[in-house]
Amino acid sequence: MANYYIDNRDLKFHLHHPLMEKIVQLKERNFSEKDQFDFAPMDFEDAMDSYEKVLEVAGEISGDVIAPNAEGVDAQGPQVIDGHVKYADGTRDNIDALVKAGLMGMSLPRRFGGLNFPIVPYIMAADVVSRADAGFVNIWGLQDCAETINEFASEEQKMEYLPQVAAGATMAMDLTEPDAGSDLQAVQLKATYDEQKGVWLLNGVKRFITNGDGDISLVLARSEAGTKDGRGLSMFIHHKMNGGVTVRRIEHKMGIIGSPTCELVFRDAPAELVGSRKMGLIKYVMALMNGARLGIAAQSVGISEAAYREALQYAMERIQFGKAIIRFPAVYEMISTMKAKLDASRTLLYETARFVDMYKTYMHIAEERKLEPHERDEMKQYQKLADLFTPLVKGMSSEFCNQLAYDAVQIHGGSGFMKDYPVERIYRDARITSIYEGTTQLQVVAAIRGVTTGAYLNQIREYESQKVAPELAFLKRSLIIMTDEYEHAVKHVLDVNDNEYVDFHARRMVEMAGYIIMGYLLMLDANRDREYLRSARNFVKFGKGSVHAHAVFIGSSTVDDLGSYKYLLV
Amino acid sequence: MKGLKIIVLAKQVPDTRNVGKDAMKADGTVNRAALPAIFNPEDLNALEQALQIKDRIPGSKVTVLTMGPGRAADIIREGLFRGADDGILLSDRAFAGSDTLATSYALSQAIKKMENFDLIVAGRQAIDGDTAQVGPQVAEKLGLPQLTYVEELMEITEKHATVKRRLERGVEISSCPLPLLLTVNGSAADCRARNARLLMKYKHAKTVSEIQNANEDYLHLYNDRPYLTITEWSVNDIETDQGQLGLSGSPTKVKKIDNVILQAKESKVISSSDEDIEALMQELIESHTIG
Repeated sequence: MANYYIDNRDLKFHLHHPLMEKIVQLKERNFSEKDQFDFAPMDFEDAMDSYEKVLEVAGEISGDVIAPNAEGVDAQGPQVIDGHVKYADGTRDNIDALVKAGLMGMSLPRRFGGLNFPIVPYIMAADVVSRADAGFVNIWGLQDCAETINEFASEEQKMEYLPQVAAGATMAMDLTEPDAGSDLQAVQLKATYDEQKGVWLLNGVKRFITNGDGDISLVLARSEAGTKDGRGLSMFIHHKMNGGVTVRRIEHKMGIIGSPTCELVFRDAPAELVGSRKMGLIKYVMALMNGARLGIAAQSVGISEAAYREALQYAMERIQFGKAIIRFPAVYEMISTMKAKLDASRTLLYETARFVDMYKTYMHIAEERKLEPHERDEMKQYQKLADLFTPLVKGMSSEFCNQLAYDAVQIHGGSGFMKDYPVERIYRDARITSIYEGTTQLQVVAAIRGVTTGAYLNQIREYESQKVAPELAFLKRSLIIMTDEYEHAVKHVLDVNDNEYVDFHARRMVEMAGYIIMGYLLMLDANRDREYLRSARNFVKFGKGSVHAHAVFIGSSTVDDLGSYKYLLV
Repeated sequence: MKGLKIIVLAKQVPDTRNVGKDAMKADGTVNRAALPAIFNPEDLNALEQALQIKDRIPGSKVTVLTMGPGRAADIIREGLFRGADDGILLSDRAFAGSDTLATSYALSQAIKKMENFDLIVAGRQAIDGDTAQVGPQVAEKLGLPQLTYVEELMEITEKHATVKRRLERGVEISSCPLPLLLTVNGSAADCRARNARLLMKYKHAKTVSEIQNANEDYLHLYNDRPYLTITEWSVNDIETDQGQLGLSGSPTKVKKIDNVILQAKESKVISSSDEDIEALMQELIESHTIG
C-alpha cells in the first residue's frame, strides 16, 4: 500500500513547473489529437491531470510490486538457459504489471501506440521506478531506444517496431565490445549486406549489454569494411525473433543484479539498417547516449531518494545514548545534507528534461511543417542547453547518488554493512551510476566545452537575472561570490593556454559550474515554494565551501605541478 | 468460442485496514469521514478474475454493478480504468440501511433487468461487514448455482467453469455449468493496476447526477462520447417490492455496538529451559492450538 509518486511532494512540484504549459502545448500540437484518440487531452489542465494520474499508477506499481520484489530479484538474479536470458521471477512480475498498466512506450506518439508524454513525466516515472529497484529500471527504461527509432528510422520501421515497444517488447542497445568501451570508434562487429537475401548480416561479439536478450535491439556495427574509425559504423535493428544472436554469459555484478548484463554472440544475425550508413556513431549513438544519460541521471536521483529515506527512517528509530541518533549534530547534518544534494540533483534533472523536451518537440514538429524563424531559434537555444546540461546532470547526480548511498550505510552503522537492511543493496546498486553510459570523467570531457566557451556562465547569468523574493537575496549574494570564484579559476586555467592543464582541472571547473547551477535552481525552487528554502540554504553553504576549495586548488597550481602527478607514468 | 458476458459485483467500503482511534463515532456508528472509501479488496480479486476471462476469451464483456451512494461511482470508474467495459450504479435513498438480504434483493432485481449474462463474479466478503452473505444470496435469488472461495479459475468455456476453491483445510477442484455465480478469495491473483490509456479515456466518466455538477468545459464530451456516461439506476428503474428494500427489507437489527479495544490481558514469561518449553507444548496441544 505504498505509492512512490503520491508520497513524494517534490515530484508534483517539479511536474508543475511554469515551462510545462509551453512544453505541453507544443507536444500536443495545440491539442489537435483530442478527437482522434479517446485518451488524448483536451487542454493543458487535462494533460497535466493525465500525467499525474498515470504517475500515480507508476507510483503504485513501484511501491506495491517493484519495491517488494527488489530483494528477491537481487538474491535470485537472471540466468542464461539455452543461450537466452531467463529473468528473476520478480522481474517478470514487474514487467507484467507495467505492461498491463500501459507504461511502455510512454513518450512515443499515439499513432504508434504510445502515450505521447513529454520527457518530464516520463523521466519522473523513471525516477519513481528507480527508487523501487534501480536494477529493474534498466530493463524498463530501455524503452528510450524507441525514441532513437522514432527519430531516425524509416516510416516502415517505425510502424513495424514502435507499436511492439508500446505493447511491451523490451529493448537493448548493443554498443560495447571487449575492445570498445569508452572508445566506441573501435567497434568491430561486422555488418555485411547479403545481396541474395536482401538483408544485412551481423557477425561478432558484444559485451556488457544491458538486457542483451531484449526483443528489439539497436546494434552498432562496422558496415564499411576496411575502415578503422567511427565513420565506418552504422546502426542496425535486430529482432530477437529473427535469431542469430545467443547470450554466451551474464556478468556477475556488484549491483543492479536483476538487470542482465550480457555477452552476445552474433552469427549471421539478420538486421535492418537504421537511417544512413556511416552515421551510426557520429549521429545516432550520440542521440541514443544523450537520452540514456538523462535516464541514468533519473536513476541516480531515484536511488538517492531511496538512500535518503532509508537513512532518515533509521536515524529516527535508532536509539543510542538514550536518544534517536538523528538528534546528534554529526547525524542530522549528514541527513540534511543528503536531502540538499538529493533536491539539487532532482532540480537539475528536471531542468535538463525540460530543455530536452523543448528542443525534441520542435525537432519533431519540424518534420511536419516548416518552423517559424523564432521557433527555429528557440529550438537551437534549447538544444544547446540540453547538450550543455545532459553531461552535467549525469555526472553530478551520479556522484551525489554514490555519496548519498555511502552516507546512508554510514548512518546505519554496523547494521548497514549487513544484508539485513535495504541500504546494503542500494549501496551496491548506486556504484554503477557514475560508470556506465560514460564515466564521470567522460561526462567532464563532454561538459568542459561549456566551461571554456562560457556557455555555463551565460546560463548562470540568466539565472542570476531572475528576480527572487527579498528573503532569498542572501542566497543570490553567495551564488554571485561563488560565480566570481568560478570565473577567476577558469580564467586562471585558460590563461595558461595549455590543453593538458585544462584537462587536469576540468573536473574541478565543471563541478564548480555544477554547484552554482544547482544552487541557483534551488534558489528558484525556493522562490516558487518556501519548502525548498532549507535545502537551498544548506546546499548553497555546502557548494560555497566546495567551490572555494576548488578555487584554492586551481589558484595555487601552475602548469609545472602536473609533473608531480605524472611521476608514476614511467 | 463466443465471448462471455460477465457481471462483477463490487462494493465501496470504508478502509478498515488502517483504523485509527477516530474510526468510530461516539454513537457507535462508523465514522466514514475518518476512513477513506475504497474498492472492497476481494471485489478487486473478483474483477481480476473477470478481466482474465476477457484476456482469454476475446469478445467477452465485463460489467461492474455496485450499489451505494452517488460517490460509489468511483467503483465503476476504477473498474473501467482496469479494463471493465461498462458499469451500473444502483443508487437511491430507498436502498439506504440495507442489510445483506435487502442488498442481495436489490442487486438481483437489477441483474434481472440487465441483458443475459454467463457469469457473476463477486468478492468473498466486504471488509466493513465481513458477512460473506451477499454473493451467495444473490445466487439463491436468481436461482443460480454458486462456487464460493474461488482462488483460481482453471478452465472456462461458454458451457462450464472449473475452479480451485481455497477451503479451511485444503483445496477443492469443482466444475459447474454456466450461468454461475463465483465468490473470489483474497488469496486469488491481485487485481492489475489501472491502465494508463483507459485511465485517460475514462477519467471524465460520470453518472448523470455527477455530470450536472461537472466542469462546464467538458460538458460537450458527454454528447460526443456516450461511453463517458455511467448508467445510474434508481429504485424506479428496476422492478421491486418496496417491502424488501432498505431498512424495512432488512431483518438484521443492530442492538448495540461496542467499541472493543483488543489487548493482551495476561502474559506469561516462559524461559528457554527444556521444562518450560515442554510445559508450553503440552498446554498448546491440550488446548488444540497445535496438533
